[in-house]
Amino acid sequence: MLHEPSAQAGKDNAADYKMRLGVKMFIFYTLFYVGFAAINVISPVLMEKPIVFGMNLACTYGFALIIVALIMALVYNHMCTKQEGILNTDESQEVDSHPSKEDK
Amino acid sequence: MAIAIFLLFVVLVLAVSFYFARKTQSAGNYFAAGGKIHWSVNGIAFAGDYLSAASFLGICGMIATVGYDGFLYSIGYLAGWIVALFLVAEPMKRMGKYTFTDALDMKYNSKGIKLAAALSTLIVSICYLIPQMVGAGVLVEPLLNLPHYVGVIMVGAIVITIMATAGMTSTTYVQFLKGGLLIIFSTVLVVAVLVRGLSTSPDQGGEVPFHEYQTVELADLPGAAVATTIEAAGHEFVKVARDGDSSWWMQTESGALQEIQWETKTADGRDLVNGKPAMQGENELRQVSHLVQIAGVKGSGARSKNLSPFKFLSLLGDKDTVVQRWKSAKVMDGSDNVTLYYPVLTAGNKIMRPGIKFKVQGSPMERLDFISLMLALFCGTAALPHILIRYYTVPSPASARKSTIVAIAAIGFFYILTLFMGLGAMTNATINPVTNNMSAPLLARSFGTFLFAIISAIAFATVLGTVSGLIVAASGAVAHDLMDRFAGLNMTEKGKVRAGKIAAFGVGIIAIILGILFRGMNVSFLVGWAFAVAASANLPAIIMILFWGKTTKQGITASICVGIVAAIGLFLISPSMYPKYGLPAEAAPFPLMNPGIVSIPLSFITLVVVSLLTQKKTAA
Repeated sequence: MLHEPSAQAGKDNAADYKMRLGVKMFIFYTLFYVGFAAINVISPVLMEKPIVFGMNLACTYGFALIIVALIMALVYNHMCTKQEGILNTDESQEVDSHPSKEDK
Repeated sequence: MAIAIFLLFVVLVLAVSFYFARKTQSAGNYFAAGGKIHWSVNGIAFAGDYLSAASFLGICGMIATVGYDGFLYSIGYLAGWIVALFLVAEPMKRMGKYTFTDALDMKYNSKGIKLAAALSTLIVSICYLIPQMVGAGVLVEPLLNLPHYVGVIMVGAIVITIMATAGMTSTTYVQFLKGGLLIIFSTVLVVAVLVRGLSTSPDQGGEVPFHEYQTVELADLPGAAVATTIEAAGHEFVKVARDGDSSWWMQTESGALQEIQWETKTADGRDLVNGKPAMQGENELRQVSHLVQIAGVKGSGARSKNLSPFKFLSLLGDKDTVVQRWKSAKVMDGSDNVTLYYPVLTAGNKIMRPGIKFKVQGSPMERLDFISLMLALFCGTAALPHILIRYYTVPSPASARKSTIVAIAAIGFFYILTLFMGLGAMTNATINPVTNNMSAPLLARSFGTFLFAIISAIAFATVLGTVSGLIVAASGAVAHDLMDRFAGLNMTEKGKVRAGKIAAFGVGIIAIILGILFRGMNVSFLVGWAFAVAASANLPAIIMILFWGKTTKQGITASICVGIVAAIGLFLISPSMYPKYGLPAEAAPFPLMNPGIVSIPLSFITLVVVSLLTQKKTAA
């Protein structure tokens, strides 16, 4: 038996764009995450310093890592959806749901 | 009421399973819900899968006892979703069918990849199953007054019933319900914590009188005499005999005696708590941990109510806030085994930054250990088989992407709540000194039986849902990857579903046995290990197949094998495991608790080297 996707998808002309964008955003977030780990091992006392609304740097940076992840995710989705709309014409549009024969 | 709510949840879960059982006739439905789940439902189901016992019980418990260090798990687990979204989600959906083995093997059709990836799925799933089953037993003990093993068997039986009926479709909707309810009621609990605020004499809303631990001089105890003195964990403990009874105390620096708690297992098999026979509901260890001083304000009356989230965190992080945390030490008193539970004082600014559990100010090796943990958490999520298979339940790669974003929103919000729930348990004297796993449910109990019952039932459903997802992943590895693809049995659709169900039954039985055997182990402990194994075995293969054109089937197979062996092998010879063999942690040949920093790069290097060495063969 050959390997086939669980749902058929047509050619996605935006795939390369999405991959490049994903890698760039991944690198940005990774650096942000590395910064958090680096402060902790290089100057952990800095984490005690109050930053926002009386919260210390540890809490502020920790929450920022979570919130920035969500913001970047939304931006990524917006840009990907936009490019899919531009690059995927009717002929080559990504097919959403075609159950395979075996599922019928 | 608690039992009624609990049973209602179980009935609801089973009803959902039986309802969707009617739709499960093909392998596509059983292993991948027919690829028809809406992305928004799948996103919350992702959260349901991911927010396992380790997240709800383990992280909250760890934050309750060591403060911010526990929150590092929340940060790391959430950050891992970035890897999943930006690098893995859409390609995995495009390449795979039912399991992540399909995706790895799509280009190669290699028996080696099928075997290695299927074994990796089984190993990671079982590593992840153990703490879930242990968590089930931990929950059932106080909720239903049933022994630990009964809870484990209950979960196993219910999950096997679910898997024997409906497979991935029912698992998805169970996860959706559970994930949604978990987030809603955790929010309710956090709001209640903030409204109650902080106090130096927490009395659980007036329900449980605050117990102030005394510090006395020996001379203040008429007729008392020191019977034994034992040094343990850097402290001096004193057994005082008085009027025919004996009690344990901790000696302070000034020579005074600090009241503590203790459990004794006598040589003739009796269990004593604080010197008297242990009896559930009558004579148990008191729940512990509270504030001694709030931003410089001392005394039993110090109190701050109706706090904003920021004020709550800033008061706790104040250098003039003092928390009384509890630790334990095991000692031998003649032929009796004694566990001493004793308080230590920690400043708020130390609680609210890393350093208590992970020694970021310690030796270079201890700092490396911290980095290793953060690396494993970051890399592990996108390599967990039970998470990856959820990409096959949605209709398109775009849906895979969108469901990941819903997951990030839901999981991120929940992880912010874990900080407040954990700190709430720490400041409300709701930590069981024996195990911190129940901190969040016990915190809920301090707000009334209803919230406790709901939270416990959701926690139980959390375990159910995660175990179901793991068993689907494991049964897919056995039936689809090993039997159908690797062994070439070419099973029919019905045959594959039957094989999947039999495999699910087998894995369920194994999970029950392991859940009973591993009783008492911290639920976060093995999950961290499972992340390291997944990150080492699976992630290098996934990433390199997507981004490096020279990757060969031999490289992938070797990378998975090296990743599994390195992560498990190094863990077994690490300081985490040596004390479990009865050996000192210092004697461990591998100095790090978490193997990720060695095993993940090693797996990447193996893939690159083997792929380069096998280029010609592949080209030919």
